Amino acid sequence: MTTFTPETAAEVLNIVRWAVGEEMPLEVVGHGSKRGIGRPAQTEHTLDLSGLTGVTLYEPEELVLSAKAGTPLAEIEQLLADNSQQFAFEPMDYGPLLGGTVGRGTVGGALGANLSGPRRIKAGAARDHVLGVHAVSGRGEAFKSGGRVVKNVTGYDLSKGLAGSWGTLAVVTDVTFKVLPAAETEKTLAIVGLDDGEAAAAMADAMGSSAELSGAAHLPVSVGGRFLDGAFSSEARTLLRVEGVGPSVDYRIDLLAGLMRPYGTVEIIEPPLSRTLWQEIRDCKPFADGTSAPVWRVSVAPTVGHKLVDAFRRAAGANAFYDWQGGLIWLRMEADPEAEILRGLIAHFGGGHATLVRAAPSVRSAVPTFQPQPQALAALTQRLKKQFDPRNILNPGRMATS
Amino acid sequence: MSGLLLPKPDAATLAKREEIIADMRIIVPGEGIVEAESGMRAFESDGLTAYRQLPLVVVLPETVAQVSRVLKYCHERNIRVVPRGSGTSLSGGALPLEDAVLLVMSRFNRILEIDLANRAVVAQPGVTNLGITQAVEHEGFYYAPDPSSQIACSIGGNVAENSGGVHCLKYGLTANNILGIQMVLMNGEVIRLGGKHLDSEGYDLLGLMTGSEGLLGVVTEVTVRILKKPETARALLIGFPSSEQAGQCVADIIGAGIIPGGMEMMDRPAIHAAEAFVHAGYPLDVEALLIVELDGPQAEVHHLIERVEAIAHKNGCTTNRISNSDEERLSFWAGRKAAFPAVGRISPDYYCMDGTIPRKELPRVLSGMRELSEKYGLGVANVFHAGDGNLHPLILYDANKPGELERAEAFGADILRLCVNVGGVLTGEHGVGVEKRDLMPEMFSEEDLNQQIRVKCAFDPNHLLNPGKVFPQLHRCAELGRMHIHRGQMPFPDIPRF
Repeated sequence: MTTFTPETAAEVLNIVRWAVGEEMPLEVVGHGSKRGIGRPAQTEHTLDLSGLTGVTLYEPEELVLSAKAGTPLAEIEQLLADNSQQFAFEPMDYGPLLGGTVGRGTVGGALGANLSGPRRIKAGAARDHVLGVHAVSGRGEAFKSGGRVVKNVTGYDLSKGLAGSWGTLAVVTDVTFKVLPAAETEKTLAIVGLDDGEAAAAMADAMGSSAELSGAAHLPVSVGGRFLDGAFSSEARTLLRVEGVGPSVDYRIDLLAGLMRPYGTVEIIEPPLSRTLWQEIRDCKPFADGTSAPVWRVSVAPTVGHKLVDAFRRAAGANAFYDWQGGLIWLRMEADPEAEILRGLIAHFGGGHATLVRAAPSVRSAVPTFQPQPQALAALTQRLKKQFDPRNILNPGRMATS
Repeated sequence: MSGLLLPKPDAATLAKREEIIADMRIIVPGEGIVEAESGMRAFESDGLTAYRQLPLVVVLPETVAQVSRVLKYCHERNIRVVPRGSGTSLSGGALPLEDAVLLVMSRFNRILEIDLANRAVVAQPGVTNLGITQAVEHEGFYYAPDPSSQIACSIGGNVAENSGGVHCLKYGLTANNILGIQMVLMNGEVIRLGGKHLDSEGYDLLGLMTGSEGLLGVVTEVTVRILKKPETARALLIGFPSSEQAGQCVADIIGAGIIPGGMEMMDRPAIHAAEAFVHAGYPLDVEALLIVELDGPQAEVHHLIERVEAIAHKNGCTTNRISNSDEERLSFWAGRKAAFPAVGRISPDYYCMDGTIPRKELPRVLSGMRELSEKYGLGVANVFHAGDGNLHPLILYDANKPGELERAEAFGADILRLCVNVGGVLTGEHGVGVEKRDLMPEMFSEEDLNQQIRVKCAFDPNHLLNPGKVFPQLHRCAELGRMHIHRGQMPFPDIPRF
């Protein structure tokens, strides 16, 4: 049992080369804040990138930031905030949900897990903001892809290919992201008391308006008590976030209020509370309950989310709330994950995917935590893995679906 | 054609041409086969007209099953295939090969579904970029990426090239605006990546496919995200006595937290050419002209336009106009949008480059370009997507003068080397194709390129799809698959361990 903690990309390369030569699989981690996601590692050795830190380039006017992979995300977000900028993809913090602490996680992990947040529906995920990487493949070869400019189509976009690969293709040592100005202010319009179906209609209406929403979530009454210290405990809230410069935010909130009034009573949530609220939605606060009860993260077409949940609840006990206009469903199971029922329903409702982001290790060893793929696609995935990591050295089995 | 090496035609395939055509007629009955030289001439080049080549045969399938059968047939017989959309590539991505089937997707021209509640449109790949917007604009929606060829270029081609446009700083490239595709692999297998939901269940194959220039698969269906049209748009037309001041103005606008919908710069030669062509009312006594367009809710545009105006004055602009009507806004754009044909009027031929640089390097790159212009004895006019650092230098030459095309190409290659040297890249939106293929080693090491080719090996191990494009050399997959073991000891006593 050895944990390697390299401090340079050259050391990472040497460690991976050694592992390839010895056929010694490595568990690749940053801070380990998302270690509980995927099939549990069974490797003897760990490659811990938390010593590979430092922002190597930050040019606010060029909208670009590069950092070594182990750099804490919290540190980078503070640096960006000091310059009135942000990662527009609003990376969520899995820490609390997985029983860890708040504010852990690295910039490499943000790419490896393709993190995003409520703003995903407007601004995209980590994949949409990564500009370039330096990485070491499972062949023990260092390579780079992309660059440091925001517009680039030179060669295959391997940086995107590594987004959401959970460390199974290559060890990213350096990553460059596009950064964007932070919104000057924000407000949230809440509609009170809608059921899930009414909320889906309201959110679709709002997203199709010129209010340019950066968040659309629905909190059924069953989770309401867990947000903003119980502020929504008596009735469901459908939440629409508007961000931008002051006059624009006020103008669009007025527009939305007019548009949403037929759906029910509306209330306005002002900046400090609004910010806290969306952070709680982003980090799945209602299910960060200190248990290891199974939690699913489900992505489907926004308008079918509530139908899926309704059908699923006929077969299994689960609590749910919605982000991304209803297309992102967080599901907390009362007992077993019921993976086959859930995935069957996803197929029935037009496709999507479900990831079991929290469960006890024994459950994660038995249930495919990542969505199984149709045969031709699964075979292509395997071929790609083999091209990057032919000896299955990097996080072997983590994304396994069989 | 200047000295471009394409893969050596396969004699066995050429010898079997008649048989292959007969089989193609069975797979794609009716009007779907073009084999006569006169008919194939229309397909001999794409937007990069310096290169021309007749294909083995042109096949225009109509169904996914036909695409699958054509590819499977070619896969089994080791026949090369070049996919083509509308043929507007500026980098030769759809240049035919003598021994390859040219698979033209233009008959896939239907919108399959409009789903406003999920803000998605499902289209066949031959639908034009503008055709998608036209299908939804009566409902107030549009598709954001707007390459300048949008009237003709196909959405399938946009996926292949990861096309941009003048609005991509704010709204992103194709990769950020598509939700899913259906595609056919070279072995004939049909797969779906994404759909109306977000993100991938596994590896981001959609991200890899976007911008892969027709080397990984043939797109047969695209699901795009549509957006509500901004309530209003207004533009500023700002002239500066130097490109440095214009560049600083751009930096200050972004530094102030403003991301305009579009931000374009033109240099003096481009301004003069455009003004002479369309009489847009551009000032002729400035060195650099900026068009800054702000779009969004009225309250926001009104607020931001004043801030941009103040920034422009602070940076010493000498002229400044603000559009007061859509008509006036479009007149500001008229010159920029006509810049290429305008340059075409002052020079018999021009060669359009596409490097991207960190914006702050603009003065250095412009002065380097002036030196190169003297060295090669050829003029250059610059239009520039100023917000994202994407340069389009237009090199002026006359193909009828011996040696000028070669000089223009050498000049262009030097410009791209300059872009890479200052931290930029070879191509911002036009793609590598055949045009910049041999410059790839300027930006990538052999290991970098090999890892890209290994992605190709996962999709198309026999290198049958669009060979000769993007990569200067396509190493055989078997060779690339070999492991080079750097056997070492348990690594490094000096590495901290616990």
